[in-house]
Amino acid sequence: MTEPSAARPVLDARGVAKRFGAVAALKDASLTIRAGEIVALMGANGAGKSTFVKILTGALRPDSGHIHLDGVDRRFASPAQARRSGIMPVYQEPSLIPDLDVRDNLRLVDVAAEPFRHWVRELGITDLRLDARIAQLPLATLRILDLALTLAKEPNVLMLDEMTAALPADLVERVLTVIRGQADSGRSVIYISHRFAEIARVCNRASVLRDGVTVGDFVIEPGIEEKIVELMLGGVPVRAELAGRRASSATPSQAPRVRVSSLSAGSKLADVSFDLHKGEVLGVVALEGQGQDELFDVLAGFRRAQSGTIDVDGQAASFAHPADAIARGLTLVPGDRKDALLMLRSVRENIALPLLARPAKWGAIAMREEAAKVADAVARLQIDMRAQGEVRRLSGGNQQKVTIGRWVAAGVETLLLFDPTRGIDVRTKHQIYPLLRELAAQGASILFYTSELGEIALACDRAIVIFGGKVVDIIEAEHATEQNLMRAAYGLTEKQRPGARP
Amino acid sequence: MAATIEIAALPQRVGRVIRANPVIPLILLLFALVALLEGLQPGIFNERWVGNTIRFAIPLAMLAACQTLTMLTGGIDLSAGVVATISAFVVATLTPLVGGPSAIVLALVPAILMGLVNGFGVGICRVHPLIMTLGTGLIGTGCLQVYQRYVINTGSEIPGMFEWLGTGRTLGMPNALFLFVPFAILILWGLRRTGFGRLLYAMGANEKATRLSGVRSWQVLLALYTMSGLIAGLTGLLYVGIIRAPSLSLANSLMLPSVAAAVIGGTSIFGGRGSYSGTIVGALILTVLGTLLTLLQIPEGARRILFGAIILVVTALYVRITDQS
Amino acid sequence: MTGVLNRYGWSLGLLAILAGLLIATRIIQPNFGVSGLDSLARAALPFAFCTAGMAIVVIAGGIDLSIASVMAVAGVIAALLMQQMGDASAGLVVLVVLAAGIGMGVINGALIVLTRGPDIVVTLAMLFVWEGVALLILNAPGGAATPWMRELVVGGLTLPGVPAAMTMWVPRAFVVLVALVVIIWLPLRRSKLGLSIYAIGSDQHAAFRSGVAVGRTRIAAYGFAGLFAALGGLSITLSTGIGEPIPGPYLLASVAAVVLGGVALTGGKGGLLGPIIAVFILRTLRLDLTLLSVDPNVTTIIEGTIMVAVVMAGGLLAMRGRH
Repeated sequence: MTEPSAARPVLDARGVAKRFGAVAALKDASLTIRAGEIVALMGANGAGKSTFVKILTGALRPDSGHIHLDGVDRRFASPAQARRSGIMPVYQEPSLIPDLDVRDNLRLVDVAAEPFRHWVRELGITDLRLDARIAQLPLATLRILDLALTLAKEPNVLMLDEMTAALPADLVERVLTVIRGQADSGRSVIYISHRFAEIARVCNRASVLRDGVTVGDFVIEPGIEEKIVELMLGGVPVRAELAGRRASSATPSQAPRVRVSSLSAGSKLADVSFDLHKGEVLGVVALEGQGQDELFDVLAGFRRAQSGTIDVDGQAASFAHPADAIARGLTLVPGDRKDALLMLRSVRENIALPLLARPAKWGAIAMREEAAKVADAVARLQIDMRAQGEVRRLSGGNQQKVTIGRWVAAGVETLLLFDPTRGIDVRTKHQIYPLLRELAAQGASILFYTSELGEIALACDRAIVIFGGKVVDIIEAEHATEQNLMRAAYGLTEKQRPGARP
Repeated sequence: MAATIEIAALPQRVGRVIRANPVIPLILLLFALVALLEGLQPGIFNERWVGNTIRFAIPLAMLAACQTLTMLTGGIDLSAGVVATISAFVVATLTPLVGGPSAIVLALVPAILMGLVNGFGVGICRVHPLIMTLGTGLIGTGCLQVYQRYVINTGSEIPGMFEWLGTGRTLGMPNALFLFVPFAILILWGLRRTGFGRLLYAMGANEKATRLSGVRSWQVLLALYTMSGLIAGLTGLLYVGIIRAPSLSLANSLMLPSVAAAVIGGTSIFGGRGSYSGTIVGALILTVLGTLLTLLQIPEGARRILFGAIILVVTALYVRITDQS
Repeated sequence: MTGVLNRYGWSLGLLAILAGLLIATRIIQPNFGVSGLDSLARAALPFAFCTAGMAIVVIAGGIDLSIASVMAVAGVIAALLMQQMGDASAGLVVLVVLAAGIGMGVINGALIVLTRGPDIVVTLAMLFVWEGVALLILNAPGGAATPWMRELVVGGLTLPGVPAAMTMWVPRAFVVLVALVVIIWLPLRRSKLGLSIYAIGSDQHAAFRSGVAVGRTRIAAYGFAGLFAALGGLSITLSTGIGEPIPGPYLLASVAAVVLGGVALTGGKGGLLGPIIAVFILRTLRLDLTLLSVDPNVTTIIEGTIMVAVVMAGGLLAMRGRH
C-alpha cells in the first residue's frame, strides 16, 4: 500500500451546513480525502451522512461551507456537474432506469459496454445479459451493476453509500477487493457504512459525524472501533446494554405456533420446513436470493405458495391477502421502511392503522382507547416523538420502531421481521434486540431474517439456514458464531452439529 | 448574521402556522376578494349578496366533496358532474310521472350505480381513476341522451323539497344550508374521527403500507366511489332546485371548478393530504371570483385564463409552503 | 423472433383487431372503398396527432390535460392567419402554428418544472388558460383554410410515374400522418433525449441520480406534445375549413388510445405505434356503428363502454401478471 497521507487532498470539504426548514441537517461537516485513500464516513442514523453525501455529489446545494476539488473551490449545481468533475456516487437506491434494458442504461449515461462488462465480471456476476430489463433484476445485482457503471466511468472520487447493505457475503468480498484495487491505483473512495469489519479491512481513515457536526477523524488501527462507537453515540454504553440481552429468553413450549411444511413458491423457494414456537425468536440466515423473500411473502399473505402447508396453532392456514395472515396473527415488517409507513402522516396514525383495517372498524374511532394503545407502544419502543407530526421527519431507526410498534399496539402474536435493522444506526439496533427478547418473553413468536450474521447471536434462540430454497441447518444461539453461520449459509455443512434440534 | 437568521426564520414560522392551519390563508384570500369587490362596486356587500354567493357556492362545495374524498386516496372523480346532471334530469322528468319522493329515490339509483361501476373499475380492476371516471362520465352522458328521448314529452317538475332548499331563504340565508351544514359536518367529522376517513388518508399516503396493515383496498375504494356517486347525485338534486331548469349539461359546468375548489383548498392530488374545510373555502373563493369577473366585464376568454392562472398559482404556493424537501 | 413478438406483440395484436374491423366494415358496407378509407383517415388524423403528443408526455411520466385546448389554439391561429395572409404564405402560417404549438407545450412543461406542481393539476390549469386564449383569438368559429393546403389531406395519394390505380387507395391524410410521425418520432426515440424521456417516466429519481437533466427533458417532452397538438389543430382546420375555438373531445379519446395502445399511464413504457393503431381502431369502430345506423348516442355509449372495458381488462391482466 502506498503512503497516501503525504499527498495533496483531492477533495476537501470544510464547514458544510444545510437546513431543511427548521431542521439543521448539517451544521459543520468536514471531510478531507487524498489520492489513494479510502475514508469511511460514519455516524448514527440522522447524523447527517445522507445530506452530506448529497451535497458532495451535487444532489443538494449547501447553505454554507466550501468544497475544494483539487484545490479549486467548487459548488455543484447538479449530480451531472459533480460527475464531470470526477466525483461519482453509488447511492443506496440504484440509479438504473427500471423500464430500460441494461444496454439503454449504458447509453443514457454514455458508458461503453466493454469497461462495464469488465467490472461486472470483476464484481462476481458472470451471467448478465445486456438486453435484460432492469425491473426484472434482483436488488443485489442492481447495486453491483450500479457500481460497475460508475467504475467504468473512471471516477477520481468514488462515493459508496451503504454499498454492501443488500449484498450477500460473496459479493461483499468482491466489492471490497475491487475498491481496495481502486485506491491502490491512486483513486479515492468515500465509504459510508455501518459495518466495522468491512471498514477495518479496507479503509485508511474514518471520519465521524454526529448531529450534523464532524466530531473526529481517525486512522484505522486495531481497537479503534470502541472509540468510534463512543463518539458516534455520544457516550451511550453499548456493551453494557448487550450484557443483559438473553436474560429474558423463554423456553419454547411444545406445540409450535407456526409449522411450515415443505413450502415452495416461485423459482427460488423449493422445500422449506420449520417450527416456530411460542416465545421464540427464530433467526433466518441466507445469502441473497435463496428463497427467503418468497418465504416471508407467503407467510405474510403477499403471495401464494405452490405447494406445502402452513399450520398456525395446529390448524391449517392459507392466505390470499395480508389481511388473512393478520387474522391468524402473522404480520410482516418489511426490510424497506418506505413500504410500511405513511410518511406524510403522524406517528399516531401510523401505529393505529391496523386497528382500523376491517370494514367493521370503519365507523367512529374510540379516540381514548386508541391514544392509550399508541402511547403504550411508543413507551415500550422508546420512540422519539419530537417529530411525531410526520413520520418522514423521523430518523430511520425511529421509523423502524414505528413499524414494529404498530403491531405491538395491535397485539399481533407472530412477527415476521425481514432485515429490520438494515441501514439503522447501532444505538437503535441495540434497542431493537432487547425489545424482540421482551416481546418473545411475553409470548410472541418472531421470525427474524437478517443480512448481518452477528445479529443472530444477539437476538435469536436459534436460527434456520436456508440455502438453495431449502433449510440446510438449524443452529442454536450458543453455536451461532459468524463463522458457523457463514459456512452453513454457503451450504458447506451437510451434517448437523451437536446441539442442533431437528 | 443574526438579522439574516431572523429573516430566514420568519417564512419558516409562517410556513409552520400555515401547515398546521392551511385554511387561514384561504380565508384571508376570500376576504381580500370580497374587499376588492366592495372597492369596485361599493354597496355590493350586503345580506342578499352574501346569501346568493353562499347559495351558489354550496352545490360547488358539495361536488368538490367528491373530489376531496377521492383525491385523498390519490384518485379523482371526473364523472361527478355527469352524475349530478343525470340525477337532476331524472328527478325533474320523473316527478310528474311518479311523484316527488319516488322520483328522488329513482334519481339516486343511477348515481349510486355509476359510483359502483367507478369503484369496481378503480378498486378491483385497478384502472386509473382519471380514466375510469372520464369513461363512465362519457357513458353516462350517452345514456342520458338516450333516456331523454323517452321522456321528451313528459315535461318537468322539481320536487317541492328541493325547490324549497334551492330557492327559499330563512333569516336571509339560503335554505340550502339546511342540507349543506349537516352534510359538511358529517364529512368533516368522518374524515377526522372515523376509521374510513383515516383509511382514505392512509391509502393516499402509501397504499402498500395499508395493504401490509391488513386493509383490503378494494373495499375502501368501492365504498369511496359509491359514496362519491351518491354525493354527486344529491348535489344534482339540490342544483336543479336552485337552477329550476333541467338540461342535459346542467352540472357539467361545475365539474372542473369542483376540482379547482379542492385543489385551491389544499387537497393534494397525489393523496394523503387535505381537508374538506379548505375545499369549502375554495368553493366560496371561486364563486366570489366569478362575481368579480362578471362585474369587471371580463370577456369569457380572459376569465378562463385567469381561472387557470389562479389554480396554477395556488398549486405552486402550496407546493412551496407545505413541501420543503 | 420472440424478442420482436415481445416488443411488438401488443401492436401486432392491435393491428389484427384493426384488420378485423376493416373487414367487418367491408361486410357491412360492400361498397366501402377508396372514399371510405379517405374519410376514415381524415377523421382519424387529428385524433392520431393528439394521441401521439399525449403518448410522449405519458411515456415521460406526465399527462397533458390541456392537449385539446392547445389544439384549439393552433386551429384558430391557423384559420385566422390563412384567411388574412392569403394562399401564398400558407406555408409560413404552418410554421407559425407549429412554433406556437411547441411554445405552448414548452410553457406547459416549464410551468410544471417551475411550480413543482403535479402534471395533472398544472395542465388542468393550462386547459383553462389555452381555452381562454383560443376564445380571445376567435370568439366564434370562423377564419378559413387555404384551399391548396386542404388538398394535402384530402383524397388519395398520387405519385408521379406510378399508376394512380396502385396509389389511389392510400389516403393522403394517412401518408401525411405516417410521414410526420416517422420524421419526428423515430430520430427522437433513438436519440439520447428520447432515452431520457423514457428514463424520467420510468423512475424520475433514478434518472436524476444518473445525471439526466430531468427538468429540461420534461419540458422537451411537453414541447413535442405541443408540436403534435398543433399538427392536430392544423388538421382539424384543414379538414373542416374553419377555426373552432371550443376544444373537441380529444382529451379522453387520446388518453384512451394511449392506454389501449400499450403505454402505461405510470410512464416509461410503450411507443407511438400502438397508440396510433388504437386511434384507427376506435375510429373504425365508430364508423362501423354509424354504418349499422346505430343511434349516435348509443354509439357513444358503446364506444365508452368498450374503452372502459379495455382498460379494466388491462388492469386485471396486469394484476394477474404480478402474481
